[in-house]
Amino acid sequence: MPIQVLKDRNSSKVAVVTLGATKEQGGTRSKTITVGGTSCLPFLHFEGETPNRPVIAMEVVDRVPTEWNEELKKSIGTSINSPVEWAKKCVDEWGADFIFLKLQSADPEMGNRSIEECVETVREVLKAVEVPLAVVGCGIDEVDNKLMAAVAENFAGENLLLGLAASANYNTIVAACMVHKHTVIAQSPLDINICKQLNILITEMGLPLNKIIIDPSIGGLGYGIEYAYSIQERERIGALQGDKMLALPILGIIGFEAWKAKEANVSETEFPGWGDQAERGILWEAMTASALLQAGIDILVMRHPEAVKLVKKNIDELMVVNNI
Amino acid sequence: MEIIGERINGMFKDIREAIIAQDKKPIQDWAIKQTENGATWLDINTGASAVDQMATMLWLINTVQEVVDTPLSIDSTNYDIIEEGLKLCKRPALINSCHADRYKIERVFPMAVKYNAKVIGLAMSEESGIPKNAENRVLLAAELVAAADEFGLPLEDLYIDPLILPINVAQDHAIEAMETLRQIKFLSDPAPKTVVGLSNVSQRCANRKLINRTMITMLMACGLDAAIADANDDELMDAAATARVIMNKEIYCDSYADLFKANKYK
Repeated sequence: MPIQVLKDRNSSKVAVVTLGATKEQGGTRSKTITVGGTSCLPFLHFEGETPNRPVIAMEVVDRVPTEWNEELKKSIGTSINSPVEWAKKCVDEWGADFIFLKLQSADPEMGNRSIEECVETVREVLKAVEVPLAVVGCGIDEVDNKLMAAVAENFAGENLLLGLAASANYNTIVAACMVHKHTVIAQSPLDINICKQLNILITEMGLPLNKIIIDPSIGGLGYGIEYAYSIQERERIGALQGDKMLALPILGIIGFEAWKAKEANVSETEFPGWGDQAERGILWEAMTASALLQAGIDILVMRHPEAVKLVKKNIDELMVVNNI
Repeated sequence: MEIIGERINGMFKDIREAIIAQDKKPIQDWAIKQTENGATWLDINTGASAVDQMATMLWLINTVQEVVDTPLSIDSTNYDIIEEGLKLCKRPALINSCHADRYKIERVFPMAVKYNAKVIGLAMSEESGIPKNAENRVLLAAELVAAADEFGLPLEDLYIDPLILPINVAQDHAIEAMETLRQIKFLSDPAPKTVVGLSNVSQRCANRKLINRTMITMLMACGLDAAIADANDDELMDAAATARVIMNKEIYCDSYADLFKANKYK
């Protein structure tokens, strides 16, 4: 019996945002990354276009993240001691599309490194890899405002993805992005209204929409992922219906949230029924990522090389055009 | 919600005087003011007093297009004037309007297809006038929908006007217009769009603005997609923006009303 497939038609699509800049474009990257442009709900290839596949940025921290799970640290190996080596491995061996560099050591309690030292780290990582770079600060507004302004200025034209801009603190970083030609991460706390409002505030300053990536925040698997899922889904539906202020590619910091979960960390000795922790942690991160792929996420910021491998395979499968 | 700015119309004294004096400034000022306040279309009507209707229409179109790229609604009862106007329009225009009479449809719909224009179709005809009840208006709307199909006019390019009359002389009509709007949305899939000449509801009434903005939100709840209205009535624009949010057509944010004015049809 023939079945008529009901297809939704969308009036709009997600903005296209390019990260990084080649020599001709004023930067030093050998290639750029383009995300967005989707005109259908995730992977419904029969209803619209998905011109750019979701990408994975691997997280690199500029200090040894001693607090990370032992198995996770083991997976990075000795390169965990050097952000440059770490970044190289992400790109050369683990297939990262680009690098998400966290300048955590600017935090007075996590290294208290100077702005100059942090800028130097960015410079070395940029030299070591040819892919685009996202750079975020340590999370303390007063420190980050100075730090990110310096990073923006020192690498003008590179079209770095800089973060994080939030409702309470966005002027400095947005101005830096405008002046020095970078793209900004606009972060909102699992609140679609604030997400939209922040985008309006940023564009009112003069930064165009195609220079904004939104991070609507996520919860890890078992820790509020359903809220993250609903918000991303709603954002995407709004975008497809023509809400330009929400029609932006989405970034999610997967590794950080997934590896906070008790389930990713506790040993098999403690919970015999839960199985091998090393494998469980990888799956926890991969499942958090895969669930959000279905909600429409465009940029996954991940940690474990094995989890990255699993999610890349998942993306490959999802990108196969399923014409019906 | 598409607002078709009504202000460039020879019925308004300043526009009439500008036409007589061939003074572009007042026309262009209104084109800019309406566009900047969120008008998605600009209605262009020469008014009845212009001596050479054709020349006046073409002059108005050119004058407006010198300063804005907002698409135009060519408002005339003379289809030859509309056709010459369409030739000048830089962006696909809106034909305002076509009655549900067969001979008018045969003149207007092929012209709309030819010039990639959209059409306001009125749920009235010479024979029936403005029907008193919703049922007869819907019958005429159905004829417009069938004609769109016949002549190859995409249904989303057909804007059906259920017709609203001044509330002080025809108080029993508004509720029929609302019912008509609801039923129009069931006529086809995709449904045609809907439009009204909003300000007509408050002709010769006190509290015109209050009536207009109350009416627009009520009509929107019944399925109204567009209104020929005063785009520079801030409270009207804010009411329409709010109705969109309440109807879940737009995700809420604190600046939603400003966004509605800025998010004009491009």
